[in-house]
Amino acid sequence: MLNRRTLLGSAALVAVAPVLRAHAEDAPGVTAGAIKLGNTNPHSGPASAYGAIANADTAYFNMINEQGGVNGRKIDFISLDDAYSPPKTVEQTRRLIEQDGVAFIFNGLGTPCQSAVRAYMNAHKVPQLFVATGADKWGDYAHFPWTMGWQPSYRTEAAIYAKYLLNEKPQSKIAVLYQNDDFGKDYLLGLKDGLGAKYGEMVVKEASYETTDPTIDSQAVTLQSSGADVLVTAATPKWAAQTIRKIAELNWKPLHFMTNVSVSVGAVIKPAGEQNAAGMITGAYQKDPTDPKWANDAGMQEWLAFMKKYMPGADISDNNHTYGFGVSMTMEQVLKQCGNDLSRGNVMKQAANLKDLDIPVLLPGIRINTSPTNFHPIRAMQLQRWTGKGWELFGSVISA
Amino acid sequence: MIGMPGLMRLLGIAALVACGFLFSGYHLFQLAQTAVYAVAIMGLVVVTGTTGQVSLGHGAFYAVGAYATAILMTNFGWPFWATLPVAGIACAALGFAVGLPALRLSGSYLALVTFALAVAVPQMLRAKALEQLTGGVQGIVVTAPDVPFGLPLSQDQYLYLVTLAVAVLMFAFAHNILRGRTWRAMVALRDQPLAAEAAGIDIARIKTRAFAISALFTGIAGALAAIIVQFVAPDSFQPQLSIALFVGLVVGGAGSLAGAVIGAAFVEFAPLLAEQVNKNAPGVFYGALLVAILFVMPGGVAGGFRRLIAGFQWRRHKPPSMLAKQQGGTAHAE
Amino acid sequence: MTGLLHQTLSGLATGGIYASLALALVMVYRATRQINFAQGEMATFSTYVALTLIQAGLPYWIAFAATLLFSFVMGVALERLLLRKLADHSGLGTVGVAIGLLLIFNALSGWLFGFTEKGFPSPFEGAGGGALLGGMLSRHEVGMTGVTLLVLGLVYCFFRFTRLGLAMRAAAANPDSSRLVGIRVGWTLALGWGLAAALGAVAGIMVAPIVFLDPNMMLGILLYAFAGALLGGADNPAGAVIGGFAVGVIENLGGAYLVGTDLKLTLALVIITVVLVLRPAGLFGRAVVARV
Repeated sequence: MLNRRTLLGSAALVAVAPVLRAHAEDAPGVTAGAIKLGNTNPHSGPASAYGAIANADTAYFNMINEQGGVNGRKIDFISLDDAYSPPKTVEQTRRLIEQDGVAFIFNGLGTPCQSAVRAYMNAHKVPQLFVATGADKWGDYAHFPWTMGWQPSYRTEAAIYAKYLLNEKPQSKIAVLYQNDDFGKDYLLGLKDGLGAKYGEMVVKEASYETTDPTIDSQAVTLQSSGADVLVTAATPKWAAQTIRKIAELNWKPLHFMTNVSVSVGAVIKPAGEQNAAGMITGAYQKDPTDPKWANDAGMQEWLAFMKKYMPGADISDNNHTYGFGVSMTMEQVLKQCGNDLSRGNVMKQAANLKDLDIPVLLPGIRINTSPTNFHPIRAMQLQRWTGKGWELFGSVISA
Repeated sequence: MIGMPGLMRLLGIAALVACGFLFSGYHLFQLAQTAVYAVAIMGLVVVTGTTGQVSLGHGAFYAVGAYATAILMTNFGWPFWATLPVAGIACAALGFAVGLPALRLSGSYLALVTFALAVAVPQMLRAKALEQLTGGVQGIVVTAPDVPFGLPLSQDQYLYLVTLAVAVLMFAFAHNILRGRTWRAMVALRDQPLAAEAAGIDIARIKTRAFAISALFTGIAGALAAIIVQFVAPDSFQPQLSIALFVGLVVGGAGSLAGAVIGAAFVEFAPLLAEQVNKNAPGVFYGALLVAILFVMPGGVAGGFRRLIAGFQWRRHKPPSMLAKQQGGTAHAE
Repeated sequence: MTGLLHQTLSGLATGGIYASLALALVMVYRATRQINFAQGEMATFSTYVALTLIQAGLPYWIAFAATLLFSFVMGVALERLLLRKLADHSGLGTVGVAIGLLLIFNALSGWLFGFTEKGFPSPFEGAGGGALLGGMLSRHEVGMTGVTLLVLGLVYCFFRFTRLGLAMRAAAANPDSSRLVGIRVGWTLALGWGLAAALGAVAGIMVAPIVFLDPNMMLGILLYAFAGALLGGADNPAGAVIGGFAVGVIENLGGAYLVGTDLKLTLALVIITVVLVLRPAGLFGRAVVARV
């Protein structure tokens, strides 16, 4: 269907197909009938809403296994809980690799958690594939050749906003509200990338908040009084919803850019008030499962069918489920391209050799591309605006 | 552990050392982590045993110790062993400052102040003013010390043995404190504060000193954690860590050092258990267990054992009428 | 200058949040001389119960009253079934049980109701939204402050004018003598827990429309509320409310002009420490009799 096997991929397949036994030694976690993949995810604790991603990954591989696996191998997917605690991630990752003997780690979640194991993974030459965080650092192929991200990085996203502003509103004054952590700070970096020398002139105020702050009211007041007419918000859903409502109450009407982490209709916009969010802009790369425009879209139909059969009862407005579907499908493609050579080296080589992969849950025109010098599989987004009722895509697909 | 002959103790240590050669990789990491938690919980035993109050914020000292080691090793090129005393003393000083106001008062003020400390410390570590040193939100990747003198050990083995050695030393240190005269005086103070006050003893100062020592223990544990995990970041030291150490203290038994070791094993291995009981809400498991232990075995597992053994001995040598009395006694320090 | 005014106003609004929870903390402290670390998580759980009732179609105020009743019974039951039976009344025992309850309620909230934050209806806002004073305050924030003051008044009258309230004060101040004059000390403790749980529920229901409801809603708030309660005086309800508002303003002004927003929580820690050093009884509390 959507999997376009590249010439190179097929060539690799042909070249390594014959000898199966030889690979058992240099391809840990691989047997004639199965391949073991490991994963860490916050299944418990405050961040456990993200557990939905690992659940979707699991369901996807169940589907693949029912369909006969990849190249005849079943996927044995082990997802362990790290409760979003970096030391726990180190422990669970070591367990997966050293005790459970997985071939590699797929879609481990959380910037601090995955940062904690990055050095270990690279020292032991175990692929850390399609990390489930938007930090930019997962694309550092030169220093960490065994680590790769998947989604557009926060930094890329912010740079796209900057690009749009330079084109459309070059005279604007920008205020930034960010969560004081990796995630929030990447937006500052991205704006710096995008605005370049004009950053100092255009960004008039930055304000940070902590996840223990009950409200962002004080920050909103500070930002409003800076006289900015553009607001870039890099906040997780709870504070994003507060921001949308507060600036509406303050009757401050900046052009509002919202991180795509916090654009869920159910978790952010409805609580904040649909009218309050009107005019808000974000960058999108996935199809929004709640958007009626995709009701008859073949790709989303495929996803819905998957949800019905393999995740019955799960929340179909939760975009973590589209995310898990998309990233797992990417994984499947890499395994297909690997053919019978499932050595860690070849897995990494094929992961860095994805060409124009079309994933049904991604927006039309956004495809997955990697190369030995591009470890950012998705680098494009399309802007969309909240009309007060739904998201409306506008402009064309923008790459940073 | 009381009165255990030296030979037994040596055998115990030998067995732990042997583990370094029986296990490898991931399991050694777990054992090393357990030793680290044990040292951290010893700190809690010291504070609860002497002041009768509890700390809900030792994760903060753990964090400061870990950062002290990470910063000195990474930014200043210090060897690991040299950072240990610094980490310990920094935490002792912090403990003194935090403990002083709270320990003058009765009630749960120490718990309150330390709880606030546990929540505030991750944010302080991210603060802009300290970013140069702490690496801000990115944290610091620590390079573990290499195996010295060409010893035929893997790095995991070496780290485990180093951790074990420090843990044994700290255990001995704590043991001496707890057996020494100062400790007994402190316990007396705890139990008879008015008498002590009347004797002109500045209880607050002595309690604060005990709290500083307890912070030192946990700081050293943090320093060890830095080289085992080889990464420190504000997110590694969320308040949940302090709570976990506290749960370990209660489960193991606040009255003894052996309890600290049992509690450490619990902190390290219980998540595996909790996952079996209720994957969605391990908190329910921990909370219910915590409450249950406080009701059924206020002395923790160690206290329970001791009572069992004591009961057994009494049964053999003493008339049964004495038995009830012995079992009714609550766990005492050491 | 307007900036300062705006920050102060917005600090008062946030302070109202702290004040409402501080009131619950003081209630338990007054009745039992203990700090209940689980107060915030219990309040969050109650708020979920309220939301469930509202979503089931009950009118707001009916759901409100039902939740208060539920919380009261829950508080009484916890005291009667757990805390009372606790043999070890040292710090370890009481703090330990509180932490156990904190873990249980936090996990239950997440498990039963999910970790995604939810909006919560406000009884004070119509369809026209709720901004007042150019958005510096919302209708709901003003309403919440009104509710907090009303509750404060009720608490004051309860302790001052009812036999039960007097009995509770007596039991906390001197349990032995109270027993001698025929006060059932055990029940007054349970009553204290019940009332505190109900006040916590009020706080949760009032706070949720502002900060949105999630299982960890109260974690940050709890610390600021502690700071407020201590500042005002841990056994003085009016002091705790004033302290809560004061902490909101101090935190806002400090965050905006002094230490930066990244050290706001540290400010709360500093307030707690400074109060304990300089005036452990708080600004409006009576001196604690040192039991050492």
